[in-house]
Amino acid sequence: MFEFWTAALQQPLARNAVFVALLVSMTCGVVGSYVVVRRITYIAAGVAHCVLGGMGAARYLQMVHGWTFFHPIYGALIAALAAAAVIGWMSLVSREREDSAISAVWSVGMATGVLFIYATPGYAQDLMGYLFGNILLVTRAHLYFVAGLNVLLFLVVARWYDEFQLVCFDEEFARTRNVNVSAFYILLLALTALTVVALSVIVGIVLVIALLTLPAALAGRCAGSLAQMMALATILCALFCLAGLTISYAPDLPAGPTIIVIAGGCYFVSAALDYLWRRLHKTQ
Amino acid sequence: MNPAIEIEDAAVYYGATPALLDVSMTIERERFVTVVGPNGGGKTTLFKLLLGLVRPARGRVRVLGMAPGDARLSIGYVAQTPRFDPLFPVRVYDVARMGLIGVGNPGRFRNRRATRETVLTALDAVGLADFEKRWFNNLSGGQRQRVLIARALVTQPEILLLDEPTSNVDIAAEDMILDVLERLRNSMTILLITHYPRVASRFLDLVYCVNRTVHVHPRTEKLDDDLMRHITGLAMPATFSSGAGGLNRV
Repeated sequence: MFEFWTAALQQPLARNAVFVALLVSMTCGVVGSYVVVRRITYIAAGVAHCVLGGMGAARYLQMVHGWTFFHPIYGALIAALAAAAVIGWMSLVSREREDSAISAVWSVGMATGVLFIYATPGYAQDLMGYLFGNILLVTRAHLYFVAGLNVLLFLVVARWYDEFQLVCFDEEFARTRNVNVSAFYILLLALTALTVVALSVIVGIVLVIALLTLPAALAGRCAGSLAQMMALATILCALFCLAGLTISYAPDLPAGPTIIVIAGGCYFVSAALDYLWRRLHKTQ
Repeated sequence: MNPAIEIEDAAVYYGATPALLDVSMTIERERFVTVVGPNGGGKTTLFKLLLGLVRPARGRVRVLGMAPGDARLSIGYVAQTPRFDPLFPVRVYDVARMGLIGVGNPGRFRNRRATRETVLTALDAVGLADFEKRWFNNLSGGQRQRVLIARALVTQPEILLLDEPTSNVDIAAEDMILDVLERLRNSMTILLITHYPRVASRFLDLVYCVNRTVHVHPRTEKLDDDLMRHITGLAMPATFSSGAGGLNRV
């Protein structure tokens, strides 16, 4: 059961997995709480799937055209930010239905990624890695990326916590307080896009949305404020990641899906308990 | 001193559709104006015009002697039935404090003690000072509406705009909200949109009817269903019946 922790003491890759799990939990706790209360889960899922387009294109350019510097994570960053910008623009300015726009970005991004991956000789197996990730293969560069993202997040949230809270709670009133609602919405989408990229290496782009939303949704059940929700979601996310690593290591299960099954199980149990408690409370 | 509100020949369009046409009005400071009119008549658009959230296609709008956008932070606004996420984790105190957020707010609100005093004073004004730690979403509809009025009052605005503050609340809650407005009367300029004769009849100083344009209704001592129907030109959205448990809106 605890073979993972023995490995973590000896192997740098297992140690990196622990560090990145803790770092990414902070990112998830903060951004996930905003995604849940602002109800932009579907947008985050669209951005996450679009990331495959960027990863596939970067891999293609690396292998076919010799752009060795162009790591797939750069492609992922460009694709995620572009997807967030397109969705943000379409929901703020264009008359398109938001869910149609998200679906278009989602599917075109994924399809582009698959085409690039199949056009890259011998690299079709990368597809599984992109889709489901592998926390045990996290590099030091990825650790620095997530740490940098956390610093950026801390600065942004510390400066604009009140404004973000107001925009998420009551957009119309925010406008009457001279808060630039559109700018904060775009900034939130950009932070969500960066978080999606950070998470995609751990759990893969298919499962990103679960790690982004489940801990925050669970935390929201008992938090008294948005700040408490963020703190609680961070702790829950860290617990899910470490439990997933611990359970999956010995039987050689993929860590990402194990983390998601644990998080999802806790979410469903909590929803059932919440429902039963409310029913009991009502009948008394 | 400038009037609270001056509008000269203003018109507002949504696309090609006119929402307000040929609106001219002057409201002096510390007056209480009851705004009535049919649905879609432009009442909420009039408020958005005063807040600078929509621009007039023509005409001139001055609020406290300034352009509407510049006067925005001197206006308290309670929107019509805002929809909130029922699971949003926020307490009454934090909702009321949201009124202090905004570019140009004085730095004193960064001071925690001053902020707390200001917010509690606003909550006290609506009779909810003891509710500061309660979850906003666990409150009744009437209590929530009073918290939103406290949020609008927290900056001690010179103008208070209330868009149907008594919709979706029961009679007891309605009375509490109207009592709050009664206490605020004469301390600031208040514009109250309502569909209900019972609400309008409490505040008959100035009655404006908004239906594409604005008409000042002659002073009256009583505003009942028939007069409301006459003013708005439409059937009433609600009547009152006396039941075993008292008055009920049906």
